[in-house]
Amino acid sequence: MTARKSILTAVDLSIGYRLSKGQTYKIAGHLQLNLWQGELVCLLGPNGAGKSTLMRTLAGLHPALEGYISITNLPLSDLKPQDLARKLSMVLTERVEAGNLTVYELVALGRYPYTSWLGTLTAKDVTKVYEAMDVIGITAYQHRSIQYLSDGERQKVMLARALAQDTDMIMLDEPTAHLDLPSRVEMMQLLHQLAKKTQKAILLSTHELDLALQAADKVWLLLPDGNLQVGTPEDLVLKGAFESAFARNGLHFDQATGGFVLHRDNQGPVIGLSGHKDLVFWTRRALQREGFRIETDQTNAYRIEALFTNNQPDWTLYQNGISVQYNSMAELLAALQLWKNN
Amino acid sequence: MIHQNTEAGRTISKSHSSFRKIVVSSLIFLIIAGFLLDIMLGSVSIPFREVVRILFEQTSEQTAWLYIVQKIRIPKAITAVLVGCGLSVSGLQMQTLFRNPLAGPSELGITAGAALGVAVVMLSNGHITSMPAIRQLGISGSWLIVVAASMGSALVLFLVVLIAGRIRDNVVLLIVGVMIGTITLSVISIWQYFSQPEQLQEYILWTFGSLGGVTDYHLYVLAGTVIMGLVLAFASSKALNVLLLGENYARSMGLTVGWARAIILASTSLLTGSITAFCGPIGFIGIAVPQLTRSLFNTSNHRVLIPCTCLIGTLLMLACDIIAHMPGSQTVLPINIVTSLLGAPVVIWIIVTRSNLRASFV
Repeated sequence: MTARKSILTAVDLSIGYRLSKGQTYKIAGHLQLNLWQGELVCLLGPNGAGKSTLMRTLAGLHPALEGYISITNLPLSDLKPQDLARKLSMVLTERVEAGNLTVYELVALGRYPYTSWLGTLTAKDVTKVYEAMDVIGITAYQHRSIQYLSDGERQKVMLARALAQDTDMIMLDEPTAHLDLPSRVEMMQLLHQLAKKTQKAILLSTHELDLALQAADKVWLLLPDGNLQVGTPEDLVLKGAFESAFARNGLHFDQATGGFVLHRDNQGPVIGLSGHKDLVFWTRRALQREGFRIETDQTNAYRIEALFTNNQPDWTLYQNGISVQYNSMAELLAALQLWKNN
Repeated sequence: MIHQNTEAGRTISKSHSSFRKIVVSSLIFLIIAGFLLDIMLGSVSIPFREVVRILFEQTSEQTAWLYIVQKIRIPKAITAVLVGCGLSVSGLQMQTLFRNPLAGPSELGITAGAALGVAVVMLSNGHITSMPAIRQLGISGSWLIVVAASMGSALVLFLVVLIAGRIRDNVVLLIVGVMIGTITLSVISIWQYFSQPEQLQEYILWTFGSLGGVTDYHLYVLAGTVIMGLVLAFASSKALNVLLLGENYARSMGLTVGWARAIILASTSLLTGSITAFCGPIGFIGIAVPQLTRSLFNTSNHRVLIPCTCLIGTLLMLACDIIAHMPGSQTVLPINIVTSLLGAPVVIWIIVTRSNLRASFV
């Protein structure tokens, strides 16, 4: 096994904006970043933490305040736009509205850095375009005009275009932002496979926390104070990095599930809960929504036992020794509400 | 699998290109027919056989016919071709650059800028902007007019680009363009207000537009400038293609956006400026022809679009000129009226069919 190639390196990088009179507004400083080939990295962070600025700085679209960036061991500042375009391709958030452009034509635009001044495609260019469309799985609708594509299909076309640009690294700014849930999952799967199959380095910014934690080889977590945490998703979760990043009122990151919990600070009555683990999971969610505090303590005066009887879920509510049985969550919740209101 | 797909792709694009070949060859045929018809028809009717004889043998039964065809009608038809190509291509470039289907030289106030440029030269001479006045200038004078008109249109274009950088909304940009055009025209109006009535009449005639009167070296100057503008436009076709995806994508693919924009603006200013200086502000060709070409050829590829807009623009301009001469009568309508009558319905059609104009660029 050969050693992995470093695609992007940033040393002591400071990002931010230059204001007038030599003043600067620094978003984050002293960043040490590394991106290796075949690696999928997700850039996460709350809104306004500076994810976009970081992406734009790494792509050479925004000047860095201090520090050094290199792409495939060449300093970013020395690369001409045409040369940089052969090393780094991008998928942006803006929606492309170019009527009368077919999927094939749009993907073929990715060959721009390689074609002559007239933009004529050589046989090699055509092969690259078809390779890109095959990998993404959009060849079947290559002749469709892009204005008739769904958002998910459109995003895949933009990804294929970046792939046809034949670069060592692809950067995607919130590639899942406008997609429905199945398309989001598909896009993340695609990116994960793409990194492994093509050995490209892929950096994407996203708000899709649970998907990112599953798909990413590494997470860059940018905190509002300008601190950047780097690590495998699991290490960061267990270190509690996400809890501090997203610390806001009423929002709680659950280490057990890797997602956010909505109802943490409940003040309602205490109730006991036990039974089959699947039923307990869903019952807990329903009860938390209703404002109850859950205890696994079996000795509580009020407790619920949730079990499967003949493969049908049923709930038994024990109140001071009296037990009543319910066959649906709705019935159980109705009964509990009566009790809570009295 | 890959090969199959490639094969399928090639067959489809082959049938596509054969359709294009048919359209292009029929357009070329129609243009030749239109060119001959434009030379034949007019206030004096000259038989077809005589026209062909004059064209190929340079002789005729009547010397008056020879003079009319060689000195008036052929220059006028060539001017129609130059105007058709130039205005359509500058409209196409603007629609792509501003990603706005309603952009065009007259809509964004570019022709008004050219008029201002002409006016400035004329004002410093103490004369009025009019074809007779321009015609009285020598060859250096006509170059001066072209430079001034191109600078005037470049100035307005530059302003519109500056504002377009801040405002992303298509319709708002259009309104801004119309307003800049209005300001420019009102500057001209102030100067008109202090002019003599006979000079005013000449100016108003100029605004009606005219393809006639561009003869001798004026025609060479106009042809040279328009060809230069068209070459620049064709050279920027690769840049225009990536600009379809927006400036950020274009930049990420290695395009130096500022440089590309400068070439496109130079080309548009040269085309609009020179044509407006010699023929007056001719409306609607710049906006309507690119739309017609896109829907006819069903493509956004500028390597196809630029030559094809030239063909359609030429054909439309020749047709407008034939209509303007109202065959069989002695009356000649101003060319601007004819292009507006044909062009305005196209613009209304665009607005009505593209109800999502605000969000999309077609």
